[in-house]
Formats: sequence, structure tokens, C-alpha cells
Amino acid sequence: MVYLDHASAMPVDPRVLAYLRDHGDALCGNPSSLHSVGLAARRELEAARGRVAALINAPVSSSIVFTAGATEANNLAIRGTAERNQKHGKTIAVSAIEHISIINPAKYLVKQGFELATVPVDADGLVSPDVLAGLMTPDTTVVSINYANDEIGTIEPVRELARLVHEEEHRYLHVNATAAGGRIPIDVQSDEIDLLTLSSSDLGGPRGAGALYVAPGVRLQTVMPGGGQERGLRSGTENLPAIAGMGEAARIAGGEMEQESRRQQKIRDALIAGIGGIGETYLTGHPRLRLPNHASFRFGRIEGESILLNMDTLFGIQVATGSACTSQTLEPSHVLLAIGLTHEEAHGSMIMTTGRDTAEEAAPGVIDAVRQTVERLRALSPL
Amino acid sequence: MKDSPQIGYSKKVMDHFMNPRNVGVIEDADGIGTVGNPVCGDQMEVSIKVEGDRIVDIRFRTFGCGSAIATASMVTELAKGLTIEEALRITRDDVATELEGLPPRKMHCSNLAADALHRAIEDYRAKQAGGSRGAPD
Ligand code: FES
Repeated sequence: MVYLDHASAMPVDPRVLAYLRDHGDALCGNPSSLHSVGLAARRELEAARGRVAALINAPVSSSIVFTAGATEANNLAIRGTAERNQKHGKTIAVSAIEHISIINPAKYLVKQGFELATVPVDADGLVSPDVLAGLMTPDTTVVSINYANDEIGTIEPVRELARLVHEEEHRYLHVNATAAGGRIPIDVQSDEIDLLTLSSSDLGGPRGAGALYVAPGVRLQTVMPGGGQERGLRSGTENLPAIAGMGEAARIAGGEMEQESRRQQKIRDALIAGIGGIGETYLTGHPRLRLPNHASFRFGRIEGESILLNMDTLFGIQVATGSACTSQTLEPSHVLLAIGLTHEEAHGSMIMTTGRDTAEEAAPGVIDAVRQTVERLRALSPL
Repeated sequence: MKDSPQIGYSKKVMDHFMNPRNVGVIEDADGIGTVGNPVCGDQMEVSIKVEGDRIVDIRFRTFGCGSAIATASMVTELAKGLTIEEALRITRDDVATELEGLPPRKMHCSNLAADALHRAIEDYRAKQAGGSRGAPD
């Protein structure tokens, strides 16, 4: 078996599991309790906060707000910031390739009377600074651009975009770094990022935890009122085992990033070169500015779900697709449409994302499996 | 367990997907039906050879998902050897039932297969009637 769908779910790193086992006693208390069991839990919570903060070079660890996952962090960032700052403006700008957990909160805001500006991307998935500059108005308070895209792998020019966003005083840049976190270096200070989303699962931690970095001075309001945990921004007793796991995963990812990214990039480049050599095959996303673990393609005349099934059943290789046939709505992925693909072109999408468990030796076998899959399905195609 | 939605594909669907029957196109076909799926943009093509009102050969080609391939394969199996009249009575539901069900989201794919067969028969009849009309689309 070769699992190449790490963007959908990452296996929990065994070292994270070992950490949770070793620290089990400290993880059972409630960090809000004042007795010794609560204090032990509080120490674990704050240690995790520090580790996540270090991964993105946050100026203070208190700028990290733990949530139950990236979706919740995105909701807090978009709704919490737009609603809190509405006296300064009521327009939000969201790139056309954002995750659904950003697009849907944005649409929710539209129902509340906000304006939504969709920021287009080019054929490689890049947001152009000029286009963004032309789209923002003094009424724009929140701009959301992903650090890197999980469907096409493209890495955005965040630093340049941040500078433009900050030409207006009460305007904030939210960056979804779910796909980029732990894979490429992120420095929220030099990138001048106001809000940044991370997911535990994507770092190799357990599911059920996420984090929103909130730069000092950025004002937002909670979308989850209650007991006032996490500086009042995310009420509810902290999911400490998941959060502690996220902290340890962030520490491991930060320490290994350089070496691990270089290793996975080799696999990625082998996949892109080998699979790209199959006829009528096109890379989706940027050829150079892309995540080190991300290889995504589209094949002419065949459909992605049948590619996925064939790869899984015949070769034990798990991949993903943005084809309409696999989506709940039977619409192709909005990301593939945003980079200008037609419905028919989007149909042939295949996405491969590697992880720490992906062996370099796997690449030739994978390429061969893709070639056979494409040949078999093309023989069935009327096109 | 009627009320729990089917998750994933039945063994039969996977069998027809992995080993599709009657793949290809009949060169001197008596009727060809091509339909596009308005829902998700797939395409299905069925060609038939008719002798004395009976479908003696049938082939398909599909640009679509696993269930589109499986339903097309199944429809060719169901129609082979039937008279035109009998083949016209094959419904979308028949195809899904023969495949031991399809996930709800995938029911529309079986429409595609039955429709392509019916189109091929229409095409055959139009040619029989002496019309110069070729394959639709
Ligand atoms: S043909 Fe697209 S979902 Fe089956």
C-alpha cells in the first residue's frame, strides 16, 4: 500500500502517540482548575501553545488560540474579525481557491449584510498583488488568502500581499496555513500576517485540535460564547489530549522540516517528471512555487473517480481527485474552475500528497501504476 | 437495512468496473447512441448490431466515474440477445438493481447508461425508417 492522500488525512506520528502516553497523567485535568491536577493540565496546555507559536515564529505564545480544528479557526478568523470591525467597513475579500470552511463563513456574512469580493487567481493558482490591490476598497476589513493550496499545491506570495493589505489601517490578512504548516517555513512576523490557521491533523497530530494565531493588536470577537477559555475567544473546556498532541507534532515538524521537505520534494519531483511524461497529462498548480509534498495533475479524456478507484483497487495506492463525480454537489472542485479549467478538464483531476511515511523508493511503482491506470481508462473512453 | 444509505460500491459494481463487458465500438453499427450527463458532464456511447430485430452485439465506451462505467457494462450485458422491444423496456432502475444497488448520489449514472441504449435503438429505428439521420450528437 502507498498512501498518497495526506492532504485529506495524515496518520498520527508515532512519536506524538508516545508523547501522549508518557504524559497521560497530566492530560486528564481541567486547565481551569486551581488544584495540582488542574495546574499540571495547564502546564501541558501552555507548553503546547509555546510549541505551536515557535513553529510560526509568533511573537508571544499567548497569540495562539486553540480551537477544535481548522474549520473552527477559519470561522473565528473570518466572522470574528469582520463582525468585530464592522464600524470600519463591511467588505471581506476572499480568494477564489479558499477552503470551503472560509467560503461558507464568508457567505454567511453576506447574509448578515456584508459584501464579499472574490479574488481571482491565475492559471497557476497565484493571487496577483495588482489584482488584489485593485479589488480592495477602504470598506475592506478582512482579506483571506491561503498560504498554500491543498488541491493544487501552489504557494502564494503572502508577504507581498500582506504589505498591500496593510496600506489601510483597519484591514487584516487572514492566512489559512493548514496545508503549508510544518511543510514550509512560516514566519508570521516577517510575513506580517494578522491571523493564521493551523490544523493539528495536518502536522501529524491527532484530529480535534486546531489553532488560530492572532497577532497582538488584532481585534476580533468570539463566535463561541461561554466560559471564556482561550482569552474569551474560544469557550469550552480545552481538548487537552488533542492540543498536547498538536504541540508535540508542531515541535517535531519544525525540527525536521528542512530535511523532511527536501526528502519529500525529491519524491514529488520524481512523480511530476514521471507522470508528466504520460500523454495528455498536465500539472495543475504552479510548477515551482508549490508545496514539497504535493503533485497534482489532470489527464485528458478520463475521469478522476475512476482513476482513484483503479489506483486503489488494482495497485493499493490511495489518491484524491477534484472531479465532479466525487463531490456531494456533482460540481467540479471550485479550485480547478478558478484556475480556468473547463468542467471536462477538471474531470480528469488526480491529487497526490506525500507524508513522512512515504518512501522514496515508492515513486517508480506509483508512476507505473498511474500509466497503466490511464491507459486502461482511456481504452474505455469515447473521447 | 433499507434505511441506511449504501456506502461505497457493491461487489457487483466493482466487478463491472474492474472487468467491464462489451467494451468498444462496433465499426458497422446499426445504431449508435451518445448521451452526455447534464449533472456532472460525463459521456456515454452505446453501439448496437441488430439482426432480425434482435440485438446480436452491443458495445460501450464511457468517460465517467466508476459507477458510470459499471452501469454501462451492465446495460450491455442486459440488452445483449434481447429484441429491440425488450431492450427498450430496460429501465434505469433495472440497471441499478442488477448491480445490487448504487449509492444515492450515483443513481443518475444509471440513467446515463439506459438512456444511451435507448438512443442507440432510436438511431437504429431512424435508419430503418430510411431517414438519413446519423447518430445523434
Ligand atoms: S458519471 Fe459522474 S457521477 Fe457518475
